[in-house]
Amino acid sequence: MLPYLLIPLLPFAGFLLVGIFWPYFRGKGHWITVPLVTLSWVFSVRAFMMTLNGPPVHFVLYDWIHSGHFDVSISLMVDHLTATMLVMVSTVSALTHLYTVGYMKDDSGYDRFFAYISLFTFSMDMLLLSDNLLELFIFWEAVGFCSYILIAHWYERKPSWVAANEAFIMNRVGDFGFLLGIFLTYSVFGTLDYQSIFRLIPSHLNDTVQAFSAFHVTTPYSVITVIALLLFVGAVGKSAQLPLHTWLPNAIEGPTPISALIHAATMVTAGIFMIARLSPIYNASPAALHVVAWTGAVTAIVAATIALTQRDIKKIVAYSTMSQLGYMVMACGIGAYGAGIFHLLTHGFFKALLFLGAGSVIHSLSGEQDVFRMGGLSKYMKITFVTMLLGALALSGIPPFAGFYSKDLILSMAFHDGAFGHILWMIGIVTAALTAFYTFRLVFMVFSGKERFSHDGHHGHAPHESPLVMTIPLLVLSLGAIFGGVVGEHYDIVSFLSQNMTVPHFAVRAELSDSTLKLISVVAGGIGIALAYLFYGRPSNIPELLARGFRPFFKLSQNKWYFEEIYDHVFTRPTIFISFLMWKELDKGVIDMAVNGVASLCQNSGATLKRLQTGQLQNYALVMALGLFGMVSLFLFMK
Amino acid sequence: MSFSAVNILGTMPEIYLTFFGCILLILETMIPKEKRSWLAYFTIIALVFAMVASIGLNGKGLPLYSGLYIVDPFSNFFKIIIYIAAIITILFSLPYLDQEDIHLGEYYAFILFSVVGMMVMVSAGDLITLFLGIELMSLCFYVLVGLKRDDNRSVEASFKYFLLGSFTAAIFLFGISFLYGAAGTETISGLAGFISNPGTLKPMVMVGMILTLVGFTFKVSAVPFHMWTPDVYEGAPTVVTGFMATAGKIAAFAVFLRVFWVAFSGNRHDWDILIILVSILSMAVGNIVAIMQTNLKRMLAYSSIGHAGYALMALLLPNRESLFALLFYVFTYMFMTVGAFGVILMMRKKGVEGEEIEDFVGLSKRHPIAALVMLIFMFSLAGIPPFGGFLAKFYIFFAVVHAGYTWLAVVGIIFAAIGAYYYLKVVMAMYMKEPNGSVVFHSSLMGRIALALTAGTTVILGVYPAPFVAYIKSSLALFIP
Repeated sequence: MLPYLLIPLLPFAGFLLVGIFWPYFRGKGHWITVPLVTLSWVFSVRAFMMTLNGPPVHFVLYDWIHSGHFDVSISLMVDHLTATMLVMVSTVSALTHLYTVGYMKDDSGYDRFFAYISLFTFSMDMLLLSDNLLELFIFWEAVGFCSYILIAHWYERKPSWVAANEAFIMNRVGDFGFLLGIFLTYSVFGTLDYQSIFRLIPSHLNDTVQAFSAFHVTTPYSVITVIALLLFVGAVGKSAQLPLHTWLPNAIEGPTPISALIHAATMVTAGIFMIARLSPIYNASPAALHVVAWTGAVTAIVAATIALTQRDIKKIVAYSTMSQLGYMVMACGIGAYGAGIFHLLTHGFFKALLFLGAGSVIHSLSGEQDVFRMGGLSKYMKITFVTMLLGALALSGIPPFAGFYSKDLILSMAFHDGAFGHILWMIGIVTAALTAFYTFRLVFMVFSGKERFSHDGHHGHAPHESPLVMTIPLLVLSLGAIFGGVVGEHYDIVSFLSQNMTVPHFAVRAELSDSTLKLISVVAGGIGIALAYLFYGRPSNIPELLARGFRPFFKLSQNKWYFEEIYDHVFTRPTIFISFLMWKELDKGVIDMAVNGVASLCQNSGATLKRLQTGQLQNYALVMALGLFGMVSLFLFMK
Repeated sequence: MSFSAVNILGTMPEIYLTFFGCILLILETMIPKEKRSWLAYFTIIALVFAMVASIGLNGKGLPLYSGLYIVDPFSNFFKIIIYIAAIITILFSLPYLDQEDIHLGEYYAFILFSVVGMMVMVSAGDLITLFLGIELMSLCFYVLVGLKRDDNRSVEASFKYFLLGSFTAAIFLFGISFLYGAAGTETISGLAGFISNPGTLKPMVMVGMILTLVGFTFKVSAVPFHMWTPDVYEGAPTVVTGFMATAGKIAAFAVFLRVFWVAFSGNRHDWDILIILVSILSMAVGNIVAIMQTNLKRMLAYSSIGHAGYALMALLLPNRESLFALLFYVFTYMFMTVGAFGVILMMRKKGVEGEEIEDFVGLSKRHPIAALVMLIFMFSLAGIPPFGGFLAKFYIFFAVVHAGYTWLAVVGIIFAAIGAYYYLKVVMAMYMKEPNGSVVFHSSLMGRIALALTAGTTVILGVYPAPFVAYIKSSLALFIP
């Protein structure tokens, strides 16, 4: 029990020590947090080894609230899914901690940053280990809160706190649905415990709920579908699916290590994990699964088209995350939870690698993020170049790198899912080609060609390779990007993960064999890379010609499909306008009067009552006598 | 009347403390002034001794001295809280008494005697025993409140408390005499038997009950018998305030509960309206007037009036759930309140305490750990998760809802929301304003231990309450001879 408990507790101890005593550390915070997180990684690996052959571990730590009517226990559950995720999360987290030592050197909030990323790791570990919906929700919120304080780390910069606010608010929109889902679950099943819920699902399959009875619409809906969709709204927010995705690309305003952590391990994966964890609920509702699959597919392709034209190195990687998350959600939507989680794991490695690599590039260029002002960096920073190239190959799905195995698994699963699956598969293939294209666009722009950066911005010296604490994580992660897929495939991680999940039955129709499908997607990736080389790998004017020729499409992509503008016009501005109106008219007039009225009523009555407190003993005795008199007379009149 | 050694054994903790208290009075004359701190250590040892004896009596249900005195898990639970409160108070008092120049040996003796008084209260099986306990505790408090002899506020507080206390004692005794007149007995169990079927004597019983109720509400400082609280809490030395606000009140709650749940259980529907009224008034006055306070001790005095209001709600329906809620509440309340007073007494400014909210401005910049500790107490008192105060309120409100008074729980929650304002005001002062003034946080090793103990327990009660819950659940047995 203790070794499992230590997985989340060690990062938490790091947070407490550094968080409480941060004024005394003065830039030495990593001496506490890095070893603790590394130790936590050791215990995660141990937990993984234990679950390899053993049964899932489940134990109740204690009852947090136990009142006979409403019980909440704090308990941990380690099964195959959790253990695998734990290994990935703690690996990425430990490497990110190490990387931060170099990246955040000389930052004024150095120790604070370490405290918070440890808290972030703790929250994510607990989210994975939780065994009931309330515990999941507490840490779901904790993860959201940590991402908020970390994105806003440089809180003096306006873009940072704007992005942090956006992330928080977008997530709150999702959490609202998630919370409603939890409420509905409790009122239908009477419990929040996963296992009890799963047991009770068959007896509620035909229950209906009038979801819109408040609007006098009496259409009954299947209760399971409503629950599944409400919970999925939470996942949409957390895993940055359309239409609640805009926070993720903007969250790159935070320091790079935290971007890596959010994108690869600790935040966006929570949504996918939740769907996989609650797979019995989703399996019971084909309608919800369809929604999930389509949301994922649309997100994947939309994000990929946006990434084509972005200029900010971190933004390109950020949109690729969103696109890959779309794959994972799509996998869950077709019931291939194992494949989705497998992709999540391999993606965790190569995405962390790409982000940390991007951070290394930015670090060496003293904060330059525009890929059009980079170029030719491969000769200055060899390690970063090679590792990022490996990451890019993995992301593009080129064999034998990690992304190939997991992505193609999802695609072939989609293909076997019938006619409807064929369309998903098509979308997936197009996305794969686009992914390969924009990834290599990034690689060519940054590492090859002319040096387009100005030398005077870098303290007069040439770009340099990052220090060892930053390159070691890159090297370790690139191992994951190379071998993660092969190893997973070899040990059949998908069926390992699926041991605890009930997977809906596939009607496999072998119209095209698996190897043909794989060939098609590799060819798609190859075309993407080849095009990227044609466009950006050598001097060429094709990009400009294309941009001019397909101006509307170019604009659409460059402006991110105008999502932010639409939100701005549909939600933000009307909200601000209405708020303004409300403020001017309703608020100043009615509400303020009421609120201030209540407040001043409180204050005035406070002041009045305070005046009763004269300090005169006679008055005190009088009040007491009156009180006694009142009580007795109450009885005389009432009884 | 038979008498056996069991009676002596059962009251061993009380005998120990009385004995040690007398020893302290003698030692005080023999120990030189600069070695006075030894008296504090001696007192702590005495309390630990008594605690061990009380733990030895755990799980027993004994009527002693023919039912005049009851030792049961319920009374043992309260005794143990009282010992802990006393120990924490002594830990806080060491440098404080010297700084205030009131380091007298009698202080420790009076603390011990008042503890004995509280122990007699919580174990009383008879109204006269109960009255003796209340008076023993109160007399000690009158002296302790006036310990700062050169300070007008302290002397005034002491005198006010004494006069009003005597006034209440008279009312309380009057009530007992009514009950005795009607029932012919003043043991709690005897009264219970009579009151369930009083016949034509019912009005007499009612008057007696209301008069005893006045006595209890005065001791737990519930409205409208709360007027003494702010003045006394402000005037008394802060260590004494912390002790009175916790141990004294908690002991009063214990007897309140025992008398009303056992003796008056027969006419529950006559007194529940009174409890509801007093509870709502206390929550209203406590929380609303606290908003206007600038002195932190006064603010906490009003907050303690409000807390008395919440706790009173648990008296409404005698069942295990309410009992558990009340016990959990007083347990949590003790740690957070005594800790909050502990932080105040460590704030020093030019020889006096920094007890104004003003003095806490910017504390997080100058002393982050002190600010964090105070933040824990304030959040907990406001009932914000994950601190103990949240769960305490949660259990109370849950018990009230299950007792069928959902509307009362709603009222309570509204006042809790109003109350959050003034607690957060302190937090805001500490964290969101730039420091000014010359207040320093002055802590000693003992004080730091006490703060770590109180703050730590407050947090643990919120996140890992399981061991405490298990202990409280084992103390739920109210012994009725």
